[in-house]
Amino acid sequence: MTQGFIGNLTIFVLALLVGFEVISKVPATLHTPLMSGANSIHGVVLVGVVILSSFVDGPFGYVLTFVAAAFGAANVVGGYAVTDRMLQMFRRRPVPAAPAKAVEGETA
Amino acid sequence: MSVDNGVRLASLFGAVAFVLGLHLMNSPATARRGNQLSACGMLVAIIAVLVSVADGGTMSATRWLVLVCGALIGSGAGLYSARAVAMTQMPQLVSLFNAVGGGAAALIALADYQHDSHVSAGIATAGVLDVLIGGVTFSGSLIAAAKLQGYWSQPVNFPGSRLVSAALAVVAVAAGIAVIAGAHNPWLLGLVLIAALGLGIGMVLPIGGADMPVVISLLNAFTGTAVAMAGFVLENATLTIAGALVGASGGILTKLMADAMNRSVLSIMAGGFGTGATGIDVGPAGGGSVKSIAIDDAALQLAYASKVIVVPGYGLAAAQAQHEVRELGELLESRGIEVSYAIHPVAGRMPGHMNVLLAEANVPYDQLREMEDVNPEFDRTDVALIIGANDVTNPAARRPGNAVSGMPILDVDHARSIIVIKRSMASGYAGIDNELYGDPKTSMLFSDAKKGLAELVGAVKQVD
Repeated sequence: MTQGFIGNLTIFVLALLVGFEVISKVPATLHTPLMSGANSIHGVVLVGVVILSSFVDGPFGYVLTFVAAAFGAANVVGGYAVTDRMLQMFRRRPVPAAPAKAVEGETA
Repeated sequence: MSVDNGVRLASLFGAVAFVLGLHLMNSPATARRGNQLSACGMLVAIIAVLVSVADGGTMSATRWLVLVCGALIGSGAGLYSARAVAMTQMPQLVSLFNAVGGGAAALIALADYQHDSHVSAGIATAGVLDVLIGGVTFSGSLIAAAKLQGYWSQPVNFPGSRLVSAALAVVAVAAGIAVIAGAHNPWLLGLVLIAALGLGIGMVLPIGGADMPVVISLLNAFTGTAVAMAGFVLENATLTIAGALVGASGGILTKLMADAMNRSVLSIMAGGFGTGATGIDVGPAGGGSVKSIAIDDAALQLAYASKVIVVPGYGLAAAQAQHEVRELGELLESRGIEVSYAIHPVAGRMPGHMNVLLAEANVPYDQLREMEDVNPEFDRTDVALIIGANDVTNPAARRPGNAVSGMPILDVDHARSIIVIKRSMASGYAGIDNELYGDPKTSMLFSDAKKGLAELVGAVKQVD
């Protein structure tokens, strides 16, 4: 086992614990955006594809990189865009008087 | 500062932004900012790695072309689907993103090993796990997305399917051990991938539609883990950290969903009763007679209540009646009635799905109440209006010895009166009668959710 590997393992375990700690506080109301947001975070796989692209060779390597780049980019761009679209729908109740007024006009 | 150190610092910023972004998801008021912060971190991390590889001097024109073309096509597809998707189809989209994320992670390990198979046992182990988990996630998520899209929602079991899965698992493990032992043969890792793809299909096919919230959460956790493994393979901490965060979030949601359905993750994976709606009409429940109610009477009950709790289930979304229910809610509020929405954790096809559907229909989020929070309030509720929800309201869950025993439910039977909008007496996913329907306090409004709600709105307006 190399030192780098152990270092990465340490980071992995600590990040898992941070994840459990941070995410267990998210209310059920936001579970779908949470999952979608976490989804975009695993789009970080695109960073890996960039690193991969710097050393692969040959048609097979290029094909794998191309497909991985398309997958990773779809994941990261689509993930953030759809999470944002969803979260902007979560609105607080308008000033309490507002809905009452609106319907008064309707029934009058 | 060297380019290398600058890149490291940028990656650190990325990781911090991911954690803080998730932290801001704790409240609907800050969640959008959290997602934007997370996106900034991602942008910085990607720019940093681009600078790093450009600086490394190994990027040929072909390599840039392959990378940029792939990324542009993927971005276009991702952006288009993110804009076009209907909120009812969110679970499918999340599944597809799980598929491509897991697929990309598996391809990274495969391409890396094909480039240089002389790696340490530790990295080879991570590579095998990456290909295995990523492969299962890719095919499993595609099947899940197809099921959610409604191509077929029934569990699929063919004779010998378990045997095939077991054989595939043996192949994957054997080839994986050979890779870890230092076989230096890329085809072996390819074999792991093929077996993993088969395993993913075999895992999701037998699972029923009602268990989808658990399956999606689990596949989400898998994708995160696969990406973290890709981080080990490339010795890149950003991937490891981000992957671990997603793995943790998927893990927590999997546990929460399984608990809310009163099932173990293992029993769901083994294929259980989550077989989708059966549509079989059954007799009245609990021996009591079922009382039906006319629209006008239901409207009167609602109009003269002082507190109403709406209990929406997936049937509401299936009927596309979110806007009608919001309209009714606003109308009741304008009469000074206190209205809130009680949302069971598994209402919908993915964790928290119903909240998004109602938010889209402009229901303010402070009216969306979680189960533990709202349950004590049913005692002082005049009318509980149940639309398209079934098993999660069945009082039989409080008694042992039936299919829903022990399942956490919404205490709707504590309300003074209960109105259920339902098309027929068909049972829910658990396939058992809902005792609530036989309760003398319960009236059934037999109608399609959308039509019934629209008529209720009209009738409430007539009440002075």
